[in-house]
Amino acid sequence: MDTQLTQTSLSKSATRAASSGFRRGTITKVLTYVLLIALAALMLLPFIWMASASLKLDKDVFRFPIEWIPQDPQWENYRTIWTRIPFMTFVMNSLKLTVIITFLQVATSSFAAYAFAKLDFRGRDLLFLAYLGSIAIPWQVYMIPQFILMRELDLVDKHMSLILLQAFTAFGVFLLRQFFISVPNEILDAARIDGLSEYGIYFRIMLPLSKPALATLTIFSAVFVWNDFMGPLIYLHSESLKTIQLGLRMFIQQYSTDYALIMAASLVSLVPVVVLFLAFQRFFVEGIGTTGIKG
Amino acid sequence: MGTMKLTLKAASPSKRRRQLSKNLVAYSFILPNLLGFAIFTLVPIAFSLGLSFMHWDGANEISWAGLDNFKALRDDDTFNIALKNTLWYVGGTVPLTMACSLGLAVLLNQPIRGRNFFRTVYFFPYVASLVAVAVVWNMLFFPSAGPVNELLRTLGVDNPPRWSASVDWAMPTVVMASVWRGMGYYMVIYLAALQGIPQILYESASIEGANAWQKFRHITVPLLTPATFFISIMLTISSFKVFDLILVMTNGGPGRATNVLVLHTYNTAFRQFKFGYSSSIAMVLFALVMIITVIQFYMEKRWVEYSQV
Repeated sequence: MDTQLTQTSLSKSATRAASSGFRRGTITKVLTYVLLIALAALMLLPFIWMASASLKLDKDVFRFPIEWIPQDPQWENYRTIWTRIPFMTFVMNSLKLTVIITFLQVATSSFAAYAFAKLDFRGRDLLFLAYLGSIAIPWQVYMIPQFILMRELDLVDKHMSLILLQAFTAFGVFLLRQFFISVPNEILDAARIDGLSEYGIYFRIMLPLSKPALATLTIFSAVFVWNDFMGPLIYLHSESLKTIQLGLRMFIQQYSTDYALIMAASLVSLVPVVVLFLAFQRFFVEGIGTTGIKG
Repeated sequence: MGTMKLTLKAASPSKRRRQLSKNLVAYSFILPNLLGFAIFTLVPIAFSLGLSFMHWDGANEISWAGLDNFKALRDDDTFNIALKNTLWYVGGTVPLTMACSLGLAVLLNQPIRGRNFFRTVYFFPYVASLVAVAVVWNMLFFPSAGPVNELLRTLGVDNPPRWSASVDWAMPTVVMASVWRGMGYYMVIYLAALQGIPQILYESASIEGANAWQKFRHITVPLLTPATFFISIMLTISSFKVFDLILVMTNGGPGRATNVLVLHTYNTAFRQFKFGYSSSIAMVLFALVMIITVIQFYMEKRWVEYSQV
């Protein structure tokens, strides 16, 4: 479309064919934007409706036609949700798990990924195959033996169970290995000649060079842990240990007709992810483009 | 390790020793991750197959069941329904998500303003938690007074579907929600692949008089087949794992209309404590995923074009 346009504007002789081509180009362009905007609305309207409903009285949530901007916004909905259930506890639990698991995952994965990408050792390819193969097996296939193992270790209903299960993923190793491999060997060899040990190279060359990759894994991992539902559902039973997603579900079940409050709680649960996503969305996109795999 | 090092040292020249110390350094890098990965992932994977041949309620003695669990699956109505529903869900979600994500990617791969903005917006539902997504969808599609049905009524549809509350419409509603949520993610993969197609191909096709459709059909589609192949596998695997969305939107209902394999596995294991039986359901899930993935790999040669452009 674009080439057609430039060709048209470049050609000095404004023939009939060229001008009709130009018009067709403009129409397509307008249609493209209309479509793009309609699709953007389709993606965002549920969230906008959520925000709008969260500021209404329950009885007004389903009033039709939709009042997108409530005339009398019920800001106290956002105060009420914190008192109905221990929402703050859930947020803090999620925060704790997110920080610990993400840190452990980035640290151990980058360490292992360095060896897989840049060191030559016995059994490397076989071991890497085991890592890769495990990514293809749905977690649900082995969740029961995992649960039994955790029960034997007496870790069920403790945060430690989720930390141990989610901190050492094959996904993190795979993602970072893909990035590390693209770092030229010449740089590392030069450092070796200068007498730097492999640990030195990892800390002083590899890590600084792969900040985008580390950021990508950090964000993937943080979003995964924050949004995880099935893991906490299986392992966390005490109310004082539950995470935000479990808390949200609990809220929905206990106050199923408090529509506005449910929407307010849902929106609050989205805030950290939205902030993280908007701040680092370029890493998301690059990360997926590079590996195509999700956590 | 120490003794091994010594014997080798005695037996071989320094080259061997260097390789050994290189190995040890490499293992030290891998160990922290490998330890956790082996104990909490590899070992459970190895045990999952064995457990499906056992009777175990988690409290009493574990006992050998042979093929009992798998035979019992045949007569388990809920399992059969869950199997059918899972295939329904995968069959609906995979092609629809692929078509929509390709459409979005092609649309975005043009010289347009605000491309990053649109890309961010389309991707956003994917990072939103499934619990929040499921609950807002349920409200939007609330049969009696939800905005979607109100809109349909003003447009003249007298009896709009009862969506997730109706046996017939529950699964399509779940599929719709999952396509809506996932298409932005796969769009990003397609977009990366589209950007790898050399512009010159389109230019020379234009010179030869190809129209937009011909260019799409004969340049874009063939050159995207590696991405399509990859996406079809990822998407199939992740669709078989569907759980959160269904648990929160319908909890498998109404009746058993949206019960899927993972939900059934979860219920038999963690509600009824039939660990052995539940493992056999998980094995069926695993076998299905593997069979379909192998078929996809086998078919790869027929339609995926890895050209050297």
